[in-house]
Amino acid sequence: MMTRKELDLWVGIFAVIGIGALLFLSLKVANLASFSAADSYQINAKFENIGGLKVRAPVKSAGVVVGRVSDIRFDNESFEAVVSMNIDSRYQFPKDSSAKILTSGLLGEQYSGLSPGGDTVNLKGGDTLKLTQSAVVLENLIGQFLYNKAAEGDGKK
Amino acid sequence: MATSNLVEVQNVTFGYDQREVLKNINLVVPRGKVVAIMGLSGCGKTTLLRLIGGALFPNQGEIRVADRVVNKLGHDALFELRRKMGMLFQFGALFTDMSSFDNVAFQMREHTNLPASIIRDLALMKLQAVGLRGAADLMPSELSGGMARRVALARSIALDPMLMMYDEPFTGLDPISLGVIGQLIRRLNDSLGATSIVVTHDVAEALELVDYVYYMSAGKVEFQGTPDQVRAAGLSSLRQFVYGEPDGPVPFHYPAPDYRQDLFAQ
Amino acid sequence: MTGRLAELVRALGARIVDNWIWRLGFACRFLWFTLKESGPSFRRFHLTIREIYFTGVLSLIIILVSGLFVGMVLGLQGYDTLVRYGSSEALGVLVSLSLVRELGPVVAGLLFASRAGSAITAEIGLMKATEQLSAMEMMAVDPIARVVAPRFWAGVISMPLLAALFSAMGVFGGYLVGVRLIGVDEGSFWSQMQAAVDFREDVLNGVIKSLVFGIAVTWIAVYEGYDAPPTAEGVSGATTRTVVTSSLAILALDFVLTALMFRGH
Repeated sequence: MMTRKELDLWVGIFAVIGIGALLFLSLKVANLASFSAADSYQINAKFENIGGLKVRAPVKSAGVVVGRVSDIRFDNESFEAVVSMNIDSRYQFPKDSSAKILTSGLLGEQYSGLSPGGDTVNLKGGDTLKLTQSAVVLENLIGQFLYNKAAEGDGKK
Repeated sequence: MATSNLVEVQNVTFGYDQREVLKNINLVVPRGKVVAIMGLSGCGKTTLLRLIGGALFPNQGEIRVADRVVNKLGHDALFELRRKMGMLFQFGALFTDMSSFDNVAFQMREHTNLPASIIRDLALMKLQAVGLRGAADLMPSELSGGMARRVALARSIALDPMLMMYDEPFTGLDPISLGVIGQLIRRLNDSLGATSIVVTHDVAEALELVDYVYYMSAGKVEFQGTPDQVRAAGLSSLRQFVYGEPDGPVPFHYPAPDYRQDLFAQ
Repeated sequence: MTGRLAELVRALGARIVDNWIWRLGFACRFLWFTLKESGPSFRRFHLTIREIYFTGVLSLIIILVSGLFVGMVLGLQGYDTLVRYGSSEALGVLVSLSLVRELGPVVAGLLFASRAGSAITAEIGLMKATEQLSAMEMMAVDPIARVVAPRFWAGVISMPLLAALFSAMGVFGGYLVGVRLIGVDEGSFWSQMQAAVDFREDVLNGVIKSLVFGIAVTWIAVYEGYDAPPTAEGVSGATTRTVVTSSLAILALDFVLTALMFRGH
């Protein structure tokens, strides 16, 4: 039979390593320390085409993750996609910054890239980006390439 | 009004589903006495004990313990009353995950705020009373049947109950343990100033020990009296019971079709 | 003909009502009593600590070892598939997401049901069969408050910790196989994982799942024990029912929770 002291010790060890595992999952696996949803501000951007962008895709600037895509909607009036992004409050961007939809690698997942502009006023929560560049859609790219080739051919004749 | 009877059972009828176990039972237990309820296995003795403890409720009638109607008490009042009752179960029912000492200390820890040192002394005193202070640290699995019964007895007197109930305290014990338990029941009753109800079918042991006997058969009180009256009684089923005769008013055979017919049926 | 059919339907209906609906209602009432009588489990927390030892600490070995092996297998299989698409760096993502979202809570829950749930049922069932619960009641101590509630809360507390340990151990196993053994780049293993795994969406939802499984398994375990017929077959049947019912409950609840949590992504 175990004494109460031994029981307490074992249960204490169990609690410590259990909470340690939770911390490991939160900090090392989900990287909670570098980005927390608590202190962030939301900005919107309208795109003609978002390609394969998904909710929770990273928002990067100069290759650094600065936020996450929180919502994707279709705007019924402008017939464009409205992408909401949560940006970490530690990162501030000028008001005339632009957003692009990029692909990591040739077949990797798509993310949103922020390029800073030159304005002196920074973006606030709820602002909408004016300048956007849509996703590169492979079919369009190939179509364009073929069209150019055809045009070149016509020129030579 | 305070009567001289601690327990009064009045016109109690009880049944599980359709099967009636107790039929119109009347019974009183005077304060300070040891009363036996005797009868054959399955005649409703244990059920009666559970009714008095409030674990079951009668279909009709009233059960009074210390002038309170047990079957009309709410949950809290019933638990309050039970603190003053002790019950020894047929096979002891010790908590198998605790040592003898912790078993005896269980109720003191649950119901009192006494400091650990006083609980220790009290529990050792109770174990001393049943002669098992030396077995305080043993687990129930390490005790013999008789010792387990004595530890259970020490546990049931932990809070000095006013009413002790024993459910078949002699079953499955060797003659020495049997004598020890019998003596303890009498001695504890007199020294604690308690009142005891012993449910048993062990006639010889019980008649030596008790002040008054209720003999039950088929859910009814068939006979009552002092041990001497029981021995002298002319009632044939009681005589069969007391002297252990195999056949009599209580048949040896369970009801069955005619033996010869059954054998040569095919 | 119709008479026999009606007979059959009636028998089936009676079976369903008797075996399932009636028992479910009784189990709900039992849960309510357990919650109502939970005061002592926290006021006298050492009662619960003792049970955490039996449900949580004693389940540690099986949880840690299984977690490690499940993670290692995920590492091997995941690498095998991912390398065909030239994206073996995504191994960390695959291992961690499958563990944190699904395998951690579900497999830990199944192991918990068979290791701790069956033990709880058998213990309470045997206490009932040997009249220990009746004895307690005669001593004016409510067995639900003293025996059932501490075991219930110990299970509810232990399960999320065990599931987290399982997932953490699995990620470590995937790391061992992927990075140490096969040679996936360590930096991208972790960074891709960190980029893909979200705290609220993945980790927190996994914890919520394991908490729900913990409640379901211990509820079933204490109920089956308390309701077991007080005989040897009764207790062994109840123990089997605990494992079967709680395994099914985990899988069904997992589907419902996943549908609620991850829809639309």
